[in-house]
Amino acid sequence: MRLSKSWIIAAKDFKTYRKKKNIIYALFVIPFLVAFLITGIISYVGTRNTSRTSPAELVILLPAFLFFYVILAAYLATPIASYTIVGEKVEKSLEPLLATPTTDSEILLGKGIAAFLPPLAVLLGGSAFFMILMDLATKSKLGYYYFPDSNTAIVILLLLPLALLMSVLMNIIISSRVTDIRAGQQLGALAVLPFAGLYVSGELDLINLGVASNLLIIAAALLVVDVLLFFVSRATFRREEILTKWK
Amino acid sequence: MIETKNLTKKFGDLTAVDSVTINVNDGEVFGFLGPNGAGKTTTVRILCCLISKTSGEARIADYDVGKEADALKIRKLIGLVPDNVGLYDDLTAYDNLDFYGKLYDCPDAQRKENIQRFLTMMGLWEKRDAVAGTFSKGMKQKLAIARALIHEPKLLFMDEPTANLDPESSKTVRDFILELKKEKRTIFLNTHNLDEAQRICDRIGILSTKLIATGTPQELERALSSGGGTRRTVVLLQEQATDAVLAGLGRLSGNVTTEGNKLTIELKDPEKENAAVIEAIAKAGGHIQSVTIAGASLEDVYLKLVKEGES
Repeated sequence: MRLSKSWIIAAKDFKTYRKKKNIIYALFVIPFLVAFLITGIISYVGTRNTSRTSPAELVILLPAFLFFYVILAAYLATPIASYTIVGEKVEKSLEPLLATPTTDSEILLGKGIAAFLPPLAVLLGGSAFFMILMDLATKSKLGYYYFPDSNTAIVILLLLPLALLMSVLMNIIISSRVTDIRAGQQLGALAVLPFAGLYVSGELDLINLGVASNLLIIAAALLVVDVLLFFVSRATFRREEILTKWK
Repeated sequence: MIETKNLTKKFGDLTAVDSVTINVNDGEVFGFLGPNGAGKTTTVRILCCLISKTSGEARIADYDVGKEADALKIRKLIGLVPDNVGLYDDLTAYDNLDFYGKLYDCPDAQRKENIQRFLTMMGLWEKRDAVAGTFSKGMKQKLAIARALIHEPKLLFMDEPTANLDPESSKTVRDFILELKKEKRTIFLNTHNLDEAQRICDRIGILSTKLIATGTPQELERALSSGGGTRRTVVLLQEQATDAVLAGLGRLSGNVTTEGNKLTIELKDPEKENAAVIEAIAKAGGHIQSVTIAGASLEDVYLKLVKEGES
């Protein structure tokens, strides 16, 4: 597999995104909006109900809120990743692309890179923004800046990219099986469910998302799932079926 | 350049391409004629290593179509203009070609030179920074042809390149194919435009799932004429044909059509029968301006063979 070929495909997709303003807006708005909203809610509640924003409560709430960005990672990949294959097919551009001397793996990797890097950059920026805002909002209560704490690196640098990758791969698999962009996006959004489930489990005290060992176990499980999904994506990408059965 | 032997493709119970054996020489323009659903696109997709064959053999420039190891080599050697142009509407004309040039491993300098060369040939150089989505159908088709040529392939597959184009754009595309022919590129042209095939192609294969006939346009016409087909004598009269003239001709031929003062008479052997035609018209009081023999056209050949193939 030649990485250069994949990078050419990814670079072309980056150029295409620049012309699709709705994709850029969808990418940028949500992570920064979430940062504002959560910080605003914490600040507002802090003025109304001091017990809900006591230092003891905050140290439970803040890592849970940071986990939102893992959920967002699964969600934000959908608009781009679900479009990857089915979008090319709908625009009839898949046949000339498949006729070039590139392998299925190179095409899939290129599409994966194109769907992975923009949301990752925005999510890292958004989560950093969230941590700065939250630190500013909670310093007076806590007496110190909560972020970055020891778990931040695991969540932001490990869980978030792995969740994003899982969503990208799931969406690519779905995208190479469905024949309609909207169906792809609707099915792709299901990638959020496992992470929403984890968040709810944390809220129900079934799992403690503030403990490093738990986060590392989740990261390891995600890594295994990602590797499996990559092989599934290769196996489910069938040129002939895509060209002859899709209308 | 292209060799197939009993090439067959089945989709479940449906046979799309049935035992097709063809041989396309280097530098030849080979036209693949056939009605919709005849298997033309399927054949091209097999030869471009986009879909698999069910059975039979196919080779392109000594590479084995269907062999995984040869697929990338074949794809590097060929250019494809698919029936749907499939451009990236959000990218400029230049970026569309640049992307494909990179995928075909064209070195930077050659890629830039080819982009300029082919966009200029297609009359699109001034529009290089316009996004493809703003182009007319004809411009898109030209850009798709430029894309297929960006790596200067030895073999070009064109799947109905003038379908849905206006006459002017069709002519530009045809003229460009003739230019490529002068450059001795091998072109495999899918079309159901008989006139286009006759004007451009060195040889033609008529396909209706099975390959019904191959040959030069002239060979196919001669084959029909000598194979019991009918030919036509066209008589121009100085006036409209009277009932007496038509009755006189009716005794000679089963099929006489009139169009103003033009009479078209179907005959088995016009060279022998024309004297009788002239005599019959003169006897009925008709005044002849001219008499010409029309050979079997490619259209006649095509319709006859496709009809036979279907039955």
